[in-house]
Amino acid sequence: MSTMAQKKGFGAVLWEYLTTVDHKKIAHLYLIAGGFFFIVGGIEALIIRIQLLKPNNDFVSAGLFNEVITMHGTTMIFLAAMPLLLGFMNAVMPLQIGARDVAFPFLNSLGFWLFFFGGVFLNLSWFMGGAPNAGWTSYASLSIAQEGHGIDFYALGLQISGFGTLMGGINFLVTIINMRAPGMTYMRMPLFSWTTFVASAMILFAFPPLTVALFLMTFDRMFGANFFDAAMGGNTIIWEHFFWIFGHPEVYILILPAFGIFSEIFAIFSRKRLFGYSSMVFATVLIAFLGFMVWAHHMFTTGLGPVANAIFSVSTMAIAVPTGIKIFNWLFTMWGGSIKLTTPMLWAIAFIPSFIMGGVTGVMLGSASQDFQYHDTYFVIAHFHYVIVGGVVFALFAGAHLWWPKMFGQMLNETLGKITFVLFFVGFHMTFFIQHFLGLWGMPRRIFTFLPGQGLETGNFISSIGAFLMGAGTIVFLLNVVITAVKNEKVGNDPWGDGRTIEWGIPSPPPFYNFKQLPLVRGIDTYWIEKMEGRKELVPAEPLGDIHMPNNSFIPFMISLGLFIAAFGAMHHGDQGNTWGLPVLIAGLVITFGSMLTRSLKDDHGYHIHKEELIDDEDKGVRA
Amino acid sequence: MKEFIHNFFVTIYKKFTKEGFDEVMKRFAKWRLASLLAFAALILSACSGHPYLSTLQPAGEVAQKQYDLMVFTTWIMFGVMAVVGIIFVIVLVKFRRKDDKIPKQVEGSHTLEIIWTVIPILLVLVFAIPTVIQLFDLADVKAMDKKNEEGKTDALVVNVRANLYWWEFEYPNEGILTSQDLVVPTDEKVYFNLIASDVKHSFWIPAVGGKMDTNTENTNRMWLKFDSEKADDVNNIFYGKCAELCGPSHALMDFKVKAIPRAEFDQWVGNMQAVKEPVQATEPLAQQGQEIFNQSCIGCHAVTPANTTPEAARLAPNLTTFGEREKVAGILDHTEENVKKWLADPETIKPGNKMSGTYGELTPEQLDALTAYLMGLKVQGE
Repeated sequence: MSTMAQKKGFGAVLWEYLTTVDHKKIAHLYLIAGGFFFIVGGIEALIIRIQLLKPNNDFVSAGLFNEVITMHGTTMIFLAAMPLLLGFMNAVMPLQIGARDVAFPFLNSLGFWLFFFGGVFLNLSWFMGGAPNAGWTSYASLSIAQEGHGIDFYALGLQISGFGTLMGGINFLVTIINMRAPGMTYMRMPLFSWTTFVASAMILFAFPPLTVALFLMTFDRMFGANFFDAAMGGNTIIWEHFFWIFGHPEVYILILPAFGIFSEIFAIFSRKRLFGYSSMVFATVLIAFLGFMVWAHHMFTTGLGPVANAIFSVSTMAIAVPTGIKIFNWLFTMWGGSIKLTTPMLWAIAFIPSFIMGGVTGVMLGSASQDFQYHDTYFVIAHFHYVIVGGVVFALFAGAHLWWPKMFGQMLNETLGKITFVLFFVGFHMTFFIQHFLGLWGMPRRIFTFLPGQGLETGNFISSIGAFLMGAGTIVFLLNVVITAVKNEKVGNDPWGDGRTIEWGIPSPPPFYNFKQLPLVRGIDTYWIEKMEGRKELVPAEPLGDIHMPNNSFIPFMISLGLFIAAFGAMHHGDQGNTWGLPVLIAGLVITFGSMLTRSLKDDHGYHIHKEELIDDEDKGVRA
Repeated sequence: MKEFIHNFFVTIYKKFTKEGFDEVMKRFAKWRLASLLAFAALILSACSGHPYLSTLQPAGEVAQKQYDLMVFTTWIMFGVMAVVGIIFVIVLVKFRRKDDKIPKQVEGSHTLEIIWTVIPILLVLVFAIPTVIQLFDLADVKAMDKKNEEGKTDALVVNVRANLYWWEFEYPNEGILTSQDLVVPTDEKVYFNLIASDVKHSFWIPAVGGKMDTNTENTNRMWLKFDSEKADDVNNIFYGKCAELCGPSHALMDFKVKAIPRAEFDQWVGNMQAVKEPVQATEPLAQQGQEIFNQSCIGCHAVTPANTTPEAARLAPNLTTFGEREKVAGILDHTEENVKKWLADPETIKPGNKMSGTYGELTPEQLDALTAYLMGLKVQGE
């Protein structure tokens, strides 16, 4: 196994990543792919803001603008925020609960490749006849009416990447239920692992409705069904319900892990255990539960009637309660603590006022009779960017700075980190604060231009300038990554000095088997307890023994590739005079199912790392 | 039962919120915070948008109610933010790292946790009650079901039909139909039936009240009231918007609302009803235009306000009042220049519209003639 540590050629590294089943390497893949799509979505955001810089602008055409907004939303939610969070979950959660990998390493790899190919498929639409253009919500009457293949790219691409996410969710659930280290009871789990657990459970229940909806959409568009065609007895409102039964839990799937990241950061950099741990767990579960009860608040103006609107209004406002509990717990974690303003901590502190702003407007939107005014205006745009950027994206930056040393063994530069923070934070508020007012002044969302003389000029101008500051902040972050990689200064187990949970008790980056001996957990903040008792390392829970490891596999890549190919066939088989569609659809499915068959028939028992090799490793200074 | 619940909530609402709110305001005044409030009001008025478009300058009962609730919520939210803000600042000032001491590891505090669970629950209740009352109030369209002997409603009803990218307004009781410019009387409740003929749109007059979607498969109902004083401030014209993404020209799917006193409205209705046959143009140029119109345009555009044609055959805006419209195509200033521009190439003005490509290229002479005819289409006389 010592060969693993040696320097390898580019081809070998590439092959390693294409076949890896190691959760840490899959995390790298998620970060790279998610990061790439984040940049793509960011460029789309800048195009939107350039177009809206001044009235009657013609930077992009009306049709192209609708493609850009659709892809901005879809990319940011499905291809950037989700994968980046899944990346951190992969990188950190198994370490936090003291596991050697996730429960199903093969499935983990399959989940990534499905997401990746789905995302690539979706984005290929730009070069193959036009991107989807009915908004990220793809409301049925509009999406069914669209000519061309844009919406098909949306339905098939999200279907494929959705499978991947669903697998990821199931995998994490099983991992957390079965693979916690000895002594790691549920109520000793770090908050990030808890939120991963809850978010995974939400994925399990939220994604199937999306899968069903996308299948119905696919059948409507590609195979002549009429689920959403009112003229044929179908119903478009059903799509809205399906989409939001998925869509609302989805935003909590994003925000809960973000809460988890901040919970870790507040505790670490205040040198204090999380205030009200049990109520934090309780609030997380409650938010997830209520998250499934509120979907129709996206549909207050659809005409559901006052009874339904009232019920969903009240359930929506109720979510403010557990969220408020969390905010106060974070504040009181810092209260009486010893706060160090590192880059991750700056993001976490800035998150509180930013997120409260989003929460306040959330309650206003939840109040249905007011919502009739806010719905589908820039007020809504401002609200959800305050929670998703001010919550999720802040958490992604914070988590990146916090866990970068753990994932790559190098610290990101703190000065550059703070520059990123200032640029992004100022840009963020500049972009989105004024949008509340734009909405209230009568600016609907998703408009490709606005007319002069309606009082919307100044607000839009300010907003556009802010967007560029956010872009500048992101560029500084990328620079930081490059500079850090070039410098390559290695760090120890606990580079922040105040690590509390298990991952800070093992090397950075951890050896591929994570733990030579599984750690013994004696309470919340395992590593902190050991540190306070004067130990430098975790207490092992088992004697040194052989470790069973899975083999790498190229099959996940092939399964995903097959679906990717099949999707092209499904999309084009209905075109006038198309002859290759059906064969390609079948060929793609043959690749997928053939790969699955290979996997089923081929015995792969993995391999063992023998005790002697582990002792060897120790001699070479790889301590675990 | 429903009535009872409604009344019950109304009573509670008045007891606990509206009067309570006034009470608080009075106390504010006593504490000499009135000047502070005035200052806040000044800032608010500086950023409250244009009166014909802004939700922050309500010009009708619905918008006013929604605005009041908005202000009420905002004040309470300011309170919440102030509490959090104070703790936040204290924490950041007082508890920064000064030495390497390990702070006391506090597990939590039941008292505190109960406080910050119970208070938000109470606050949510305070929001929920007025919200629910208002919801039922805004959804009260019973007057639309009350028919008199003639089978008509006493209340004014407008059937709104949204199309890519234009609006049709039908007055079923009056038997007339118009497009793009909604004409309504002020100071009385106007009821709307809303539907879309192609894809989903959303009907929104920001200054007068919240929006409601026009679905493709079912009719939504709502009411609005247009305030006469506020209407005077904006020369009787409010702006309406489509608020649901419907295609490339979603941004340009504007309409205008002409809110006029009841007497003027009745007069307008009478004028409309008087047009039984297409009005014959008198000037030679306009007569030429009418000929062209009758050959190429009349298949889609009607020039009589009677609503006898079935919906599916009404493919384009009714042009009976074209000469009196506020805007050309809903967005351009109402000038001959713009009418010609629109007729010559509608695609550059509203991308994706259904009129582009349905007729051949028009010569400058034809454009002049058509424009002369169209601008002469009026019902109110000079």
